[in-house]
Amino acid sequence: MNRHGNASTATVARRIALFALVAAPLMALAHEETGQAAGFVSGLAHPISGLDHVVAMIAVGLWGAVLGPPAIWVLPVAFPLVMALGGLMGLFGMPLPAVELGIAASAIVLGIMVLAELRPPLWLAAIVVAFFAIFHGHAHGRELPEGGNALLYSLGFVVATGLLHAVGILLGVARTWPAGRQVVRAAGGGVALAGLFFLWRAVA
Amino acid sequence: MTTALRAWQRTLAATALLAAPPARAHLVETGFGAFYNGIVHVMLTLPDLLVVVALALLAGQCGKQASRWALLALPVAWLVGGIIGSMLPGGTVSGGKLWPVLTTLSFGVAGALVAFNGRLPVAPLAAFGVLVGLLHGYVNGASTAAGAASAELAGAITAIVCLFAILAAQITTVRAAWSRIAVRAAGSWVAAVSVLSLGWLVRPVV
Repeated sequence: MNRHGNASTATVARRIALFALVAAPLMALAHEETGQAAGFVSGLAHPISGLDHVVAMIAVGLWGAVLGPPAIWVLPVAFPLVMALGGLMGLFGMPLPAVELGIAASAIVLGIMVLAELRPPLWLAAIVVAFFAIFHGHAHGRELPEGGNALLYSLGFVVATGLLHAVGILLGVARTWPAGRQVVRAAGGGVALAGLFFLWRAVA
Repeated sequence: MTTALRAWQRTLAATALLAAPPARAHLVETGFGAFYNGIVHVMLTLPDLLVVVALALLAGQCGKQASRWALLALPVAWLVGGIIGSMLPGGTVSGGKLWPVLTTLSFGVAGALVAFNGRLPVAPLAAFGVLVGLLHGYVNGASTAAGAASAELAGAITAIVCLFAILAAQITTVRAAWSRIAVRAAGSWVAAVSVLSLGWLVRPVV
């Protein structure tokens, strides 16, 4: 600094150098894990952010409980796999007509199955559930948020879907009591009504 | 101050402005050293974690004898693959999407076998463990930080052995029907994640 209080060129250069060192970026950690939490949480939140998905997934579990073994494990094991195939269709942009109608219809049909305690053969039950799983998967597959980690997003929504099935199966345990059985049937009726509402909304 | 000194200072300032510290393109940094980086790498790298979990579930379904062989086959193959990968730096980078597709397929196949309750005999299970170990170990080895490969691999192998042994031992003792169903459902989740991830990897970019 000179006697007039102005910084000399050397001082300015030193200050610039110091500032540059302070402001230099820290080590660039080129991780593929960046944004992992966001990807997982968005995947986890996706199925539970839409009531149409929630009621249909719970209904799958409830229907499994109504059908009893071996359907109680066939449905929750088959659903994620078929849903993933639906997700693939969505990812590749393959058109699926009336996705929202299909999701609403899934709640109506599955709700009625629980309400009426219908017990079709296992293969037919598996086909019904698999058919609707395509629609749910397609809706999920189209909606990966930009910048999210695809693998963790997938894990999040598969886990959320599976846990919703588990909720349905656990609620179905109530069928061991006479009053509980009526409650489960009423829950099925509620799911079917909710499906009708979603259908009306999708059409409107 | 001489002109030369001023020029040197300016050069220093310009260099400091432009120079970025080295980008450390390794996967996980714990701050505790290479061994712990290796442990955490397995726990945080989803394809690695899922393949170990799915193989442990599968081994558990296949019984004690098969689990013991798989417990030997997987870590040893992982170590061999890791050594090969660390000796060929850049191998996973030059492969483009090939390696992510293969690792994703590997845990998908393992998950599907669990979902379908595929009780493999000892030899096929061990062979599958060797294939998976070589593949994932190679990818790990090729992405480890230079000079720290052996410690990181040691950490990764430690994590794999512990995780695999604990899970497989638990599953071999499972008898209740609902528990075995839960294992199969977990396998179907892993397979579903693999199918979706493959879609994301190979879908055409719009």
